[in-house]
Amino acid sequence: MNFIPKKWIPLLTTATVFVLLFSAASWQYEGFASMYVVADLFSENAFLGITAIGMTLVILSGGIDLSVGSVIGFTSIFVATMITDRGMNPIAVWMMALLLGTSLGALMGALIQVYKLPAFLVTLGGLFFARGMAFFVKPEAVQIDHPIYDSLGDIAIPIGGGAELGVAPLIFLSVFVIVLVITHFTRFGRNLYAIGGNEESALLMGLPVARTKIFVYTANGFLSALAGITMTLYMDSGNPINATALELDAIAVVVIGGTLLTGGVGYVAGTMLGLLIYATIYQITFFASLRSSLATIAIGVLLLGFIVLQKLIHRK
Amino acid sequence: MSDASPNSTDRQSGNSKSALTRFFGSRITWPVLGLAVVLLFNAIFIPSFFTLEVRDGQLYGSLIDVLNRGSIGVILAMGMTLVIATGGVDLSVGSVMAISGAIAALILTETQLGMLGIVPCVLFAALAAGLMNGVLVAYLKIQPIIATLILMVSGRGIAKFITGEKIITVGDDSYNFYFDFIGKGHLFGLPFTVTLFVTLFAVTSLFVRMTSLGLFIESVGANETASRASGIHDKGVKIAVYVFAAFCAVIAGLIDASNINAADTMNAGVFTELDAIFAVVVGGTALTGGRFSLTGSLIGAMLLQTLMTTLYTYGVPSDVAPVPKSLVIVAVCLLQSPVFRGQLQRLAGKGGGR
Repeated sequence: MNFIPKKWIPLLTTATVFVLLFSAASWQYEGFASMYVVADLFSENAFLGITAIGMTLVILSGGIDLSVGSVIGFTSIFVATMITDRGMNPIAVWMMALLLGTSLGALMGALIQVYKLPAFLVTLGGLFFARGMAFFVKPEAVQIDHPIYDSLGDIAIPIGGGAELGVAPLIFLSVFVIVLVITHFTRFGRNLYAIGGNEESALLMGLPVARTKIFVYTANGFLSALAGITMTLYMDSGNPINATALELDAIAVVVIGGTLLTGGVGYVAGTMLGLLIYATIYQITFFASLRSSLATIAIGVLLLGFIVLQKLIHRK
Repeated sequence: MSDASPNSTDRQSGNSKSALTRFFGSRITWPVLGLAVVLLFNAIFIPSFFTLEVRDGQLYGSLIDVLNRGSIGVILAMGMTLVIATGGVDLSVGSVMAISGAIAALILTETQLGMLGIVPCVLFAALAAGLMNGVLVAYLKIQPIIATLILMVSGRGIAKFITGEKIITVGDDSYNFYFDFIGKGHLFGLPFTVTLFVTLFAVTSLFVRMTSLGLFIESVGANETASRASGIHDKGVKIAVYVFAAFCAVIAGLIDASNINAADTMNAGVFTELDAIFAVVVGGTALTGGRFSLTGSLIGAMLLQTLMTTLYTYGVPSDVAPVPKSLVIVAVCLLQSPVFRGQLQRLAGKGGGR
């Protein structure tokens, strides 16, 4: 196995698991290997995908962000309330929501970096804060009925086989491409890997550690708010309990995607594969009409497998 | 995160008698002061907060309510303190609570075994959960946050699987006196939950302080390699604390299920692990491990509950209450940050200079 670079092993394993899982499901269940299912994989998990990409950046930098689920929930109810109850223009509301999410991310990043506080505790504060504010905005679900939402809901790009991609998966795929380019072809991307690999060395090399780390949390705040907006586009409603504990799923997707939780090693493309595995497992339980709790357990087992695998590779 | 700053000031102050009292002061002072502030606030603005009523030989009132509702937090914080003292953290306790409640409800509704069936089953669940976390952390050397995240994610799935993805209600036909007593019974005029957490606190404190186990735990948390070199079975100590944390979690799960007469796997124990970690940190045990204070964690958990009960008394909806809670978390973190303390001192110094 020497001809395969060690850092690619988790990514290759993820890809193999996905291919095996999808093939097995296609063989077992009639109609699984269709473009409808593929479109579903992207559509139903678009908001999880967006926030998992942000989480990948945070984990690559060696940190963690527990607040994303709450920020998504807050954004969804904020957007819905402002549009439906206050009659505001959706585009203005989206800008406000993105600004709020980005500001919370920047504030948490600054607290973590400037005061050297544990990311775990600060973003835990963010989790409680955003969830509480979501219920403060409105304690119950709000429907969105607006011409802009209607016309965005009509968007459908045919991807063959009669299946179509709506606006939510399109946002997700755009985010994926943009972040993929940023992490691989910009100075920020290289700084990110360097800091995650060894923060002290990065600092000694004169890399902008503080700026990069604060930016990562800021970007994740922005992406969480974007995920919240995407959720309202997909569901045409907002609810303060939306995306409860979604941060766990996001972290699981990132880890299954082959990103090391210690930082510095991993790929945004891996996170995409991780998301596809996650989505496929849920699709299988749907096709086989199994209990969805089995999917949760399966993801836990997969998480265990990947973490142990990472450890074994790391040790060699 | 660097060394907890209270410790570094202790070292400078030498070992005179006043330094010793200051040492104890610096750990417990903050949570006690916090609790005092909240209680004082209540004494001024909600005098009824301190009213105690005796009905049928049992005490009632807001303070009793705090003790009763805070019991789950205190019990989880006991386990979490020892885990954090070894330099770890256990995120799975909320999910283990859900599993415990699910097992209890299933046994009560499907069998005639009662507590005789529940106790061994939940103890076994605690052992299995603790062993899994402990082995991953101690032998596979996986970061505790990650290792326990696995059970946090899948544990809720397991709990849902046990109950068949529905809420199992413990109704009249499956009524069990002992199970009912855990969450709703009274003993010595106080809710039984108080007896439960006080006993757990007392036994744990005595056990870790009268034996050398407490020292071993602190030693593993402070310097794992040095502990191993001096003959401490560091892996065994780590596994033991995770098993203990899971044990605390199943007790908390039984209280919760008994309280609501049901196993609600969607909501049982959600975010309780975070509350427990918070209680421990407020109580003066650093997340980096080493020295710990069970008393501090007890007060930390009580502070959190008093704060919540105060907010509810003021009519703050329970869903919005996390907002002030989050502000307290960040404030506590800041107060423990050496950088922030330095800034404060510089500000104070400037003020004094003028």
